[in-house]
Amino acid sequence: MSKPLFQKILIANRGEIACRVIRTAHRLGIKTVAVYSDADRYAQHVYLADEAIHIGASSAKESYLVGEKIIAAALATGAEAIHPGYGFLSENTQFCQLCDDNNLIFIGPTASAIEAMGSKSAAKRIMEKASVPLIPGYHGDNQDPDFLKQQADAMGYPVLLKATAGGGGKGMRQVWSSAEFHTALAAAKREAANSFGNDDMLIEKYLTQPRHVEIQIFRDQLGNGVYLFERDCSVQRRHQKVIEEAPAPGLAPDVRNAMGQAALRAAEAIDYHGAGTIEFLLDLDNSFYFMEMNTRLQVEHPVTEMITGQDLVEWQLLVATKHSLPLQQHELSINGHAFEARIYAEDPNQDFLPQTGVLNFLKPPQSSTHIRVDTGVVEGDEVSIYYDPMIAKLIVWDENRDRALQRLSHALRDYRISGVTTNVDFLYNLINVDAFKKADLDTGFIAKHHDAIFSTDSRETLPLRHLAALSLVVKQQQNDVERTNSPWQAANAWRLNEPHMQWLDLQDNNGLFNASIEYIDGGNTGYRITIDNQCVTTQIKINQNTLEATLDGYRLQAEVFHHNNSSTLFYHSGSYHFKQRSSDLGEEDLNDNHALDAPMNGTIVALLVEPGAQVTSGQGLLIMEAMKMEHTIKAPSNGKLIEFKYSPGDLVSAGADLVVFETVVNE
Amino acid sequence: MPVLKSKIDCQGIEFQHNKSAMQSLVDDLKEKLQTIKLGGGQKMRERHLARGKLLPRDRIDAILDPGSPFLELSQFAAYGLYDNQVPAAGIITGIGRVSGQECMIVANDSTVKGGSYFPMTVKKHLRAQDIAQQNNLPCIYLVDSGGANLPLQDEVFPDRDHFGRIFFNQANMSAQNIPQIAVVMGSCTAGGAYVPAMADESIIVKEQGTIFLAGPPLVKAATGEEVDAESLGGGDVHSRVSGVTDHLANNDNHALHIARKAIANLNRIKPNQLACKTSREPLFDPSEIYGVIPKDSKKPYDVREVIARIVDASEFDEFKALYGTTLVCGFAHIHGYPVGIIANNGILFGESAQKGAHFVELCGQRNIPLVFLQNITGFMVGKKYENEGIAKHGAKMVTAVATVKVPKFTIIIGGSFGAGNYGMCGRAYDPRFMFMWPNARISVMGGEQAAGVMATLKREQMQRNNETWTKEDEQAFKQPILENYDHQGHPYYASARLWDDGIIDPVDTRMVLGLSIAASLNKTIEPTRFGVFRM
Repeated sequence: MSKPLFQKILIANRGEIACRVIRTAHRLGIKTVAVYSDADRYAQHVYLADEAIHIGASSAKESYLVGEKIIAAALATGAEAIHPGYGFLSENTQFCQLCDDNNLIFIGPTASAIEAMGSKSAAKRIMEKASVPLIPGYHGDNQDPDFLKQQADAMGYPVLLKATAGGGGKGMRQVWSSAEFHTALAAAKREAANSFGNDDMLIEKYLTQPRHVEIQIFRDQLGNGVYLFERDCSVQRRHQKVIEEAPAPGLAPDVRNAMGQAALRAAEAIDYHGAGTIEFLLDLDNSFYFMEMNTRLQVEHPVTEMITGQDLVEWQLLVATKHSLPLQQHELSINGHAFEARIYAEDPNQDFLPQTGVLNFLKPPQSSTHIRVDTGVVEGDEVSIYYDPMIAKLIVWDENRDRALQRLSHALRDYRISGVTTNVDFLYNLINVDAFKKADLDTGFIAKHHDAIFSTDSRETLPLRHLAALSLVVKQQQNDVERTNSPWQAANAWRLNEPHMQWLDLQDNNGLFNASIEYIDGGNTGYRITIDNQCVTTQIKINQNTLEATLDGYRLQAEVFHHNNSSTLFYHSGSYHFKQRSSDLGEEDLNDNHALDAPMNGTIVALLVEPGAQVTSGQGLLIMEAMKMEHTIKAPSNGKLIEFKYSPGDLVSAGADLVVFETVVNE
Repeated sequence: MPVLKSKIDCQGIEFQHNKSAMQSLVDDLKEKLQTIKLGGGQKMRERHLARGKLLPRDRIDAILDPGSPFLELSQFAAYGLYDNQVPAAGIITGIGRVSGQECMIVANDSTVKGGSYFPMTVKKHLRAQDIAQQNNLPCIYLVDSGGANLPLQDEVFPDRDHFGRIFFNQANMSAQNIPQIAVVMGSCTAGGAYVPAMADESIIVKEQGTIFLAGPPLVKAATGEEVDAESLGGGDVHSRVSGVTDHLANNDNHALHIARKAIANLNRIKPNQLACKTSREPLFDPSEIYGVIPKDSKKPYDVREVIARIVDASEFDEFKALYGTTLVCGFAHIHGYPVGIIANNGILFGESAQKGAHFVELCGQRNIPLVFLQNITGFMVGKKYENEGIAKHGAKMVTAVATVKVPKFTIIIGGSFGAGNYGMCGRAYDPRFMFMWPNARISVMGGEQAAGVMATLKREQMQRNNETWTKEDEQAFKQPILENYDHQGHPYYASARLWDDGIIDPVDTRMVLGLSIAASLNKTIEPTRFGVFRM
């Protein structure tokens, strides 16, 4: 390897993938340039890079998606190449061309290869020629709705509508009957137009129990190609992957080989170079169909890295500098088993609605040879409305699937996040479903095992409520340590000639409860905590967030995080959320207009009345949308709407004053 | 600092006897308190709650910072008085931390006779104000009272230290920038109306609190006007129309929340006036005090055994250890605060009195708070001692104690008899706080001495009349005197009449002193000017 690698590269991305690319670059002695938007001013990728350039407002449309700004940043810093990561501009032919025009190397395939695979229907025609098996479907240019419906009727339902320019589940619809075809088509087209600026659709036969198995390939610019085996990404929600694993469980070596060869044929057909993924649907009878090719590094590439011992970003850099591939096919083998779980800020109980908020407490499991955490955030960072709400990728490896799965299970239990709702518990439940353990996977897995995954049946025998109360008592005492010597600053509820008692009003997912806490010997020997007539004698030691508690002689370690009045306890078999209720202070004052503040970050959708209008109490004033949910802001009393401070389409942050409102006091 | 050593055998039979005797006294104290805490009884409490009001002790819990200590005062006020129908004298007073600030809280208990003021209620209210004034503590009045008890008006209204003094104190404390906050959570009638009206800031609970000089019945009687309580003086009227109150609260919790904010806005800084250390627990378990104190109060013991179980790390730097040994004086720390301790270890002689005076002067000079551990039968009597001038030596000590300006704290740990009470900073000598142990006794002299003196006088009188007095007759004469002294010298009797600020479990002595000292330091210690010492 006498040819030099790059001196300096720019990473046209953010979050975990930017951090991940920077790490490999640094390991190889390559300087890095990050780009960032307003919202990412303090983001990790900015800190990790040697240099960072501000490229605009928070919205991706004004920053990460503006090719010209990124090119300018690369030229300004003297970067020779641009790594696009995934998403954003990673599969954008214009950008790829723009790089070329400015003598910058795009670390990825050529524009023509991207273009060939960018349109799904065109891609399928190419694959057909290269004898890569295809699923029955219509991939033509005729977009007449009635014609499309005819095609679907001919294939037989269910069918799947997909945006030809699409990806990531957007612009995708299942259609179960002829009757609902037109409505589904219209909706899918709308979504596609919004997401990709192109509403062309293709139709495919929808397999009801397929597995999603994809092949990682790599080709250099000298014509060599290898496949780095497969990943099983069958477990999906809303057509987005949640858990990926490699190798695919139960995949016969000859099927693996056949898929690998087909994938390489596909790549060769478009003279592809760099990292690529060919996605197949694998049917129960081991027949597989080409779905699409992703001409970028995939989110889930770490599982491949774990089982092959390779660094795919390093491979990308080698290929981009015209090196030959570091290994040949016969030098590659599968070692052990790896899983990746995507940790998202989302609420599984609300159909995986993305969540935003500050990661007030963030403690990932300890990294090791078995556990890898790819993330772009640290404690205190915000998951904003602007970008994908992924917090991290948790990757585990072990000698075989069972052991790797057990590691994943423990690692998820050790993943401790507070501040935003996450899918961590959901993931934990999911991978502990028997069918998952038995690798009985298909893309409908979550729907099929919904009841088991979302079961609220708790076999918890720990007195968690007592532990919760206890954690608040010690929190109170931690506060007083910081103060003076004065016994008045102690928080031991000391009373003259009576037991030292304190009462707490608490709330958890099961409802309200009261705790009475008796300080035994001023708390020196412990506390007797009574909830629902159940008394538990407790002792506790605390070191920062870590509690060492003894509950009626049973000792456990837990972590607790308090933010405002909300708290989360993390313990060996789960997490437990609770709140301290403040006492009822009665109705809000008449003139308290907090009701007119934005309840969360979001976008103004519509104004419902004219400025100057007289409104009655409870009447809707405006609608805002936050995380795909609409919220109507209502008049807190009878009054007059003087002025709206925002227009539809404006982004507002939580707490923003939305309107000027004048209350009319009824005499 | 030298560390005290203990010579007590905690396994010994005597220790065990002593311990069980003290334990039963403490148990009795706590049991009685449980009844007192119930206020006006179950029925009245339920009626109170049904109105959507919080019980007075819950109000106090709610206004305090979570987990704050509360040093309740005069728990036994009115105990055994008024047919024992007025527990805690119908008012709860004490010091607690509110928004980080030590405050005096005075809360009427309207479950007890409608919260009306009996003579002891007035005395307890005034004592709480005295403590607030002496120690510069903001006052929070949780008002829920029908005002003066009319049948006993001659004992609550006219005199200097009667009802009117409450408002005099409010005005004068306000003048000294000791904040006065009133929360009207029930009635506030007649003179009571001045509590919120005289306050710096006042809060009223809507549809619960009322303030008027004369209630609807009196208005009707006086002018014939018929009016309901709410429109006569409800929260809405006073917050929107009259301006008697400053904040209108939705309910008790809301009102207390507003009061907490009022305290948070006071802008007070506690002066830093002592060289404090980090608090350290005593080396000896304070609960061993139970076994240290002899069951028979006539039996002497070394008071250093008590000191060793109260002060930080049991460290005690004794002053003049070899001189006037019946009075133990020395420096120590309690909860990190430097203190001078003066403790009786027997009867007071001329030497011990002079030593005490000297030590008080030292503490006055050095701004060190004084702690008196009082267990004194009196000054030595007899020709020798009178001729040596024990009266003037005692006077020196009394002068020093009376005029020294450092905060003084008195705990009666045993007897408090005669002039010993004066020299050891009894109630008349204005200790900032004064507490008794349940084994303590207080009277002008011991019951036996009193009975003896009176029997001697009686015998002399009978002898002059040539009458004979049998031993049995003499015993029958003495018995009621003994019993009377024992009854009136008992801590319950004393505390019922506010001769102290409360009866405490000996185990709590260190905490009570720590809280008291810390509270007293809200007030800047004034320079001392001693009176003339008779030499």
